[in-house]
Amino acid sequence: MFTHIMVPVDLAHAEKLGRSLKCAADLARHWGSKITYVGVSGAAPGALGHTPAEFSARLARFAAAQSELEGIKTGHHAVIAHDPSSDLNKVLLKAVRDIGADMVVMESHLPKATDYIWASHGGFLAEHAGVSVMLVRA
Amino acid sequence: MADTSDQGIPAPEGTADIIDTDYEIGQDNIETQIGPFGLDVHNPVFSISGLCIVAFVFYALALPEQAEAVFGALRPWLTSTFDWFFLGAGNIFVIFCLFLIVSPLGSVRLGGADARPDYTYIGWFAMLFAAGMGIGLMFYGVSEPMSHFGTSLGGVTEEGGVRTDWAPLGGAAGDEAGAVRLGMAATIYHWGLHPWGMYAVVALALALFSYNKGLPLTIRSAFYPIFGERVWGWTGHIIDILAVFATLFGLATSLGYGATQANAGLNLLFGLPIGTTSEVLLITGITAIALISVVRGLDGGVKILSEINMGLAFLLLLFVLIVGPTAALLALFWDSIVAYGQNILPLSMPFGREDTNYMQGWTSFYWAWWISWSPFVGMFIARVSRGRTVREFIICVLLIPSFVCILWMSVFGGTAITQFLQDGVTSVQNAPLELKLFRMLAELPLASITSFIGIILVIVFFVTSSDSGSLVIDTITAGGKVDAPLPQRVFWCIFEGAVAIALLIGGGLASLQAMVLSTGLPFAAILLLMCWAITRGLMSERAQR
Repeated sequence: MFTHIMVPVDLAHAEKLGRSLKCAADLARHWGSKITYVGVSGAAPGALGHTPAEFSARLARFAAAQSELEGIKTGHHAVIAHDPSSDLNKVLLKAVRDIGADMVVMESHLPKATDYIWASHGGFLAEHAGVSVMLVRA
Repeated sequence: MADTSDQGIPAPEGTADIIDTDYEIGQDNIETQIGPFGLDVHNPVFSISGLCIVAFVFYALALPEQAEAVFGALRPWLTSTFDWFFLGAGNIFVIFCLFLIVSPLGSVRLGGADARPDYTYIGWFAMLFAAGMGIGLMFYGVSEPMSHFGTSLGGVTEEGGVRTDWAPLGGAAGDEAGAVRLGMAATIYHWGLHPWGMYAVVALALALFSYNKGLPLTIRSAFYPIFGERVWGWTGHIIDILAVFATLFGLATSLGYGATQANAGLNLLFGLPIGTTSEVLLITGITAIALISVVRGLDGGVKILSEINMGLAFLLLLFVLIVGPTAALLALFWDSIVAYGQNILPLSMPFGREDTNYMQGWTSFYWAWWISWSPFVGMFIARVSRGRTVREFIICVLLIPSFVCILWMSVFGGTAITQFLQDGVTSVQNAPLELKLFRMLAELPLASITSFIGIILVIVFFVTSSDSGSLVIDTITAGGKVDAPLPQRVFWCIFEGAVAIALLIGGGLASLQAMVLSTGLPFAAILLLMCWAITRGLMSERAQR
């Protein structure tokens, strides 16, 4: 039913992504799908890499580790945004189209007051993406 | 299915000489939750900056006379005692930048050998111009050429062997054509190569040490070659705190004064009453628009507003050029360039000057002001300049803005001077600073439309300074992280507006502006060290290739 699952990941908090990663892996095994892990960063050096290339390499290692751990086919897609704090929603939406995903599985926080001002990233994607979006509560 | 292995990266980054440090970006940050708001801030830069700013505002409000006495005296002392240092340093920055254009070091690309620019020329130029100087051109474009023209024409006056006039150099007593040329040269000197040289040095240092050397995008990174690993300790904390301090107070005091000036313009056009209520409403409005802009981010907010403003400013310039004395303005433009070239050496001479009023009251003051703004403008320029070669960077940050400033000053100042000389119009000369532009426009056709565009430009230029300033402060107080939670930049934007309102209502704008100016002195020394750090950094990049 689904051939390509996109899983947005924040590698700075990878340890908190357990449930969504597991969920996506189970679905991938069930449908025989490929998972692409999508990471977004700025061009300026950050904790996850000094350069965009380093960030991409780190994401690639993460995808390879997941492939080995879960026994599934994985890939990675690193996006460099001008202003990651503001651009994240649009960047993720574009990534769905760019990689040709037909499903998104992502972690989302519990609802809170600020969601009325800024929708959660998962909420935005569920509202605007033309594919199925599965949100996993953190 | 597409192979997704490496998509999204602008290009392979190629060779770059990354600095090997054990410091991990964000290692000193505190990630926490306050109510529904997530925070990711540097400890202790965020807290100390915030507390110091609150403490100084309280000081200025609680003891206004003392604060004014302390800081009010500090400013003239600084600009008169260290005039030679400011002027000398300014010259070094320009020479250094020009050297980089012609030197082989100019071929180094910011972001690695194969990096590609993040922005088009127009978007990039609009942003750096709107953050760096836009608002100043609106206020001084008419007044400063008029002022220097007037003092030059008045010539030299002395009392007890000391010059009491404000004419630049030896003035041009009774020589109208000579006074116009000298007045334009003296103005362009303050808005041309020298201020942009200061911005370029800071921006280049930050861009190089961040994009090529892998250090966090924060002011302290430019000092790594000097202080080494100590830059991650208190040495670096103090540098960053000082930068936050200068940026926030610089923006808040400008916002406070800007509201007064915008109020005067709106009063002239629409009869908006002049008073604290109107000014507070203006600051609130400007902060609200800036807030929307920072939340929409660099591409969706700051860049769009900057491009709109650049388009509007260009239209206004074109209008004044066409309906004003076109032939005379075009001739003046060329004359101004020639006069600037002829007078730049004597105007920039740090020693042996007799025109001390001009040198200390204008030039030295301006240099301290530009330098105190350089951490903010420089960091913002760095943020949007990845992918350019050093040569391209210097040409676009130094030469093109200088050229635009010459054009702007020639057209706006030249129109006002021509109105005065040919038609005997004195309304511009007699108007207060904030109204000079509108008085000049009032002498041209369609004045109500052009004045309205002028007011929009003034307000939006304040917005573009405010939003880019909030982004910069947020990045510094997040330890160089560009992906800190949005509520942080919202906080800084509101904080800046609140400080401006508090100072406007309680008094204290003048004393805090004087204090901001005083940060120009340590930063001037810091910028000189940056020139050395840049040279070393670029040489290691070249060696790597």
